[in-house]
Amino acid sequence: MLHSSFPMGSSPVGRSSAIQVENVTVNYNGKVALHGATLSLQTGAIAGLVGMNGSGKSTLFKAIMGFVPPTTGRVLINGLPTRQAQKRGLVAYVPQSEEVDWNFPISVAEVVMMGRYGHMNFLRIPSKQDRQIVANCLERVQMTAFRDRQIGELSGGQKKRAFLARALAQQGTVLLLDEPFTGVDIKTEKAIVELLMELRQQGHTILVSTHDLTSVSTFCDQVVFINQTILAYGATQDVFTPENLTRTFGGVMPHVQAHHGQAQAGRPDRPNQSESNPSQLVPLGPDPLKPDPLKPDPLNPEQ
Amino acid sequence: MDTVLQWFLAPLQYEFMLKAVLMSGFVGMVCAVLSCYMTLKGWALMGDAVSHSVTPGIVLAYIFNLPFALGAFVFGVGSVLAIGFIQSRTRIKEDTVIGLVFTGFFALGLVLISKNPSNIDLMHILFGNVLGISTADIIQTLVIGTFTLAALLLLRKDLLLFCFDPTHARSIGLNTTALYYTLLTLLSLTIVVALQSVGIILVVAMLITPGAIAYLLSDRFDHMLGLAVFSGVFSSVMGTYVSYYLDASTGGCIVLLQTILFVITMICAPKHGLLVNIHKSVH
Repeated sequence: MLHSSFPMGSSPVGRSSAIQVENVTVNYNGKVALHGATLSLQTGAIAGLVGMNGSGKSTLFKAIMGFVPPTTGRVLINGLPTRQAQKRGLVAYVPQSEEVDWNFPISVAEVVMMGRYGHMNFLRIPSKQDRQIVANCLERVQMTAFRDRQIGELSGGQKKRAFLARALAQQGTVLLLDEPFTGVDIKTEKAIVELLMELRQQGHTILVSTHDLTSVSTFCDQVVFINQTILAYGATQDVFTPENLTRTFGGVMPHVQAHHGQAQAGRPDRPNQSESNPSQLVPLGPDPLKPDPLKPDPLNPEQ
Repeated sequence: MDTVLQWFLAPLQYEFMLKAVLMSGFVGMVCAVLSCYMTLKGWALMGDAVSHSVTPGIVLAYIFNLPFALGAFVFGVGSVLAIGFIQSRTRIKEDTVIGLVFTGFFALGLVLISKNPSNIDLMHILFGNVLGISTADIIQTLVIGTFTLAALLLLRKDLLLFCFDPTHARSIGLNTTALYYTLLTLLSLTIVVALQSVGIILVVAMLITPGAIAYLLSDRFDHMLGLAVFSGVFSSVMGTYVSYYLDASTGGCIVLLQTILFVITMICAPKHGLLVNIHKSVH
């Protein structure tokens, strides 16, 4: 693990933590969406955020990004309150595909350039350096050939890579990805994972929310289990256990093999499903689990 | 050729027509630029709400002998604040709140007009009066319009990012609340500008139709902006002429022309038009 080089990243725990969530509770319309969430993610690591639909994954993301005010608790990014970290351009965010207006009249290169806005003056006139960085980031995700396409004219994987390029262009040190593997083909998923591992090498801290337990155990250094609150977090080998998986998925995961290394076992191609489809939670084995129809829907503020 | 030229030039010998043509062209341009943001942000209803809500402001401004732009602006922003307040404090959905607030403001305006009938012409407020525009109103419109246009163009990229992806805007440290109120303020100012030519009832058309036309014709914002300005200025100027020759309502002619342009675009647009879509689905 690379050691932290952030000047502001001092932490009482000794090892610097890039994202620190302390006792965060979030209410939506009087309902508790996230309760007493506490976690600490170390610098220069990839963390997987695992939970069912409606478990509070998106809420936690929003709380970390400061989009929803917590009722209690606080969030620190590299030791700074979120807002200050954002003003310094430290935090990049890759949205879920459903959150983007794909009909918007904007090209891939223009989207990536938006990653540079924080580095420009208020007129947002790109410098030579900005253009160079945009070109490099497009190259890095192999999207140079599509730079002048309107974003709606891209495939699912290309769309993801365009927004990944924007996050790269921002040159933050903390990267949050909301469901980056939903609706992309295996090839793109691999490419994204490789890129994330490369970024980790360079000292970036990455938080990925995902349904895909297989990939979690293969490339994540840390795992965070969430179900209305943080159930467990820590190094993958310590916390990726059947007990934690059962707690996270409410006992509907009997087939999960939690031993690391075994999880690469064959898995069906995942069709492009919308997030609201609960069967997508379990792309694990040849016979995917069926959600219990008798089980009431969990509190679900993020839909 | 001569007849066409004559058709355009003859009315301009009247000063009121010269003023009207220039003013409606200017108003068309300001509205067209804003309309791009309105269509992309989905703020048509908000535009309608603010335009109706300015009515009492205009009436009060006349009563107290203040610039009508000031009254309109205060009530325009006031309506937006009221909408935001009610929405955040109650469980009522946004479109209901918007409907409630703007009809309430508009009704207040009607009552005020009927109680002070002396020198306020209800018809002019409701339907515009560009043919009878006074010099003072021209200056006011030019100043506010130029300011609005400059702000829209200078803040173009931030406003565009705010429309496209407010989440990203926030995550790079931009103040999205400030951008929200900036866009609303510019909306209120544009409405003040547009009242002169089309009046309160039809203002919303000026704020969305050029953007909608351009949106069907382009996949780039800069092109969209140019196309919207072209269609906005064209329909405003031509509508003024048509109203002169037909002796019909100016605002009505302008908006009708815009709507015709929209229908033609909707059917014939090269990429997003109905004909192309039918063609695509057949093959």
